Amino acid sequence: MHIPDGFLSLPVSAGTIALSSSYGVYCHKKIKENIKKQDIPLIACITAFIFAAQMLNFPVLAGTSGHFMGSTLAVFLFGPYISFFIMTIVLVMQALLFGDGGLLAIGANVLNMAVVGPLVAYFVIKYGKKVLRKESLAIFMASLLSIVTASIFCSIQVSASGIISFNKILIAMVGVHTLIGIGEGLITIATVSFLVKTNIVKELKNVEA
Amino acid sequence: MLKHKRVILFLFISVILAFLLSPFASSSPDGLEWVAGTKGFIEHAESFIFWKNSWMPDYQAPFISNSILSTSVAGLVGVLVCFAVATAFFFIYKKRG
Repeated sequence: MHIPDGFLSLPVSAGTIALSSSYGVYCHKKIKENIKKQDIPLIACITAFIFAAQMLNFPVLAGTSGHFMGSTLAVFLFGPYISFFIMTIVLVMQALLFGDGGLLAIGANVLNMAVVGPLVAYFVIKYGKKVLRKESLAIFMASLLSIVTASIFCSIQVSASGIISFNKILIAMVGVHTLIGIGEGLITIATVSFLVKTNIVKELKNVEA
Repeated sequence: MLKHKRVILFLFISVILAFLLSPFASSSPDGLEWVAGTKGFIEHAESFIFWKNSWMPDYQAPFISNSILSTSVAGLVGVLVCFAVATAFFFIYKKRG
C-alpha cells in the first residue's frame, strides 16, 4: 500500500510528515539506552530481509496482488521503537532508489507502515498472547490487523486529500487487505518459526526496547 | 562467532529471495493500485511524478536490458543497500546516543 505522489494533498502530506517525524523523535528517546551494539548486525539483516520480502508480490484475487509488510516481524523481534527505524529505512530506500511510494507521500507511508502497523502489532501480540493462549495465533492476528489498520489509515489519507470519498475507498481497501493480511500472517509465522529453530530469537530476548 | 554465522546465513537468504525469486513475483497491481484503478483515481499518480531521479524505477536496473536479470539486480542492490544503511544508521546512532 505504498502511496505514490499525486494521491495526497499538500496539507495531508505535510501533516503526516509532521506526525511521523514527531513520533520518530519519541522513538529516539525510547531506544537511546536500549540498543546493544552486538545486535546491530541482526537488526540490519532483518531490515534487508523485509526489503527482499516486500518485493515478492503474491497474487490475491484475479488482477491484484499484495506483498509482505514486515512490521509484525520487526515488532516481535525488536519492539515497536526500533521497528519504526527499520521500517522507515526500508520505505525511504524504496522511495528514493526505486520510486516505490512517493517522496511527498513518505510521511503518510511511514505513518501507516512504520508507526501504525508496528503499534497495532505490538499491542495485539502483547494482549493477544493472554487471550488467544497460543503465541503463533497472536502473531497471525497481529499481522492481519496491522495490515488492515494500515490500509484504513491509508484510506483516510487518500480520501482526506479529496480525490475519492471515504466510503468508496474504505470498503475496497479493507477487503483486499484482509486477504493480504492473511498472507502477511502466514509469512510472519513461517519466518518467526525459522528464527526460533535457528536459535536467533533466543539470543534476542534482551534486545526488546 | 556462531551468532555472526547465523546473521550471514540470514542475509544470504534475503539475497536469494531478492535475486532469484523477485523476477517471478506477481506483476499485478498491489492492493492500493488496484483500488485506485477500479475506483478511477489512478490517473492522479500517473500524471504527477515528483521524484524523477529514482535510480531503478519499478525495480528495474536501467543498465540491464534483460528484464528478469534487471529485476534480480535491482533486488540484490536493494537488499545490500538496506543492510548497509541500517548497519551505518544504528552504529552512528549508538555512538552519538
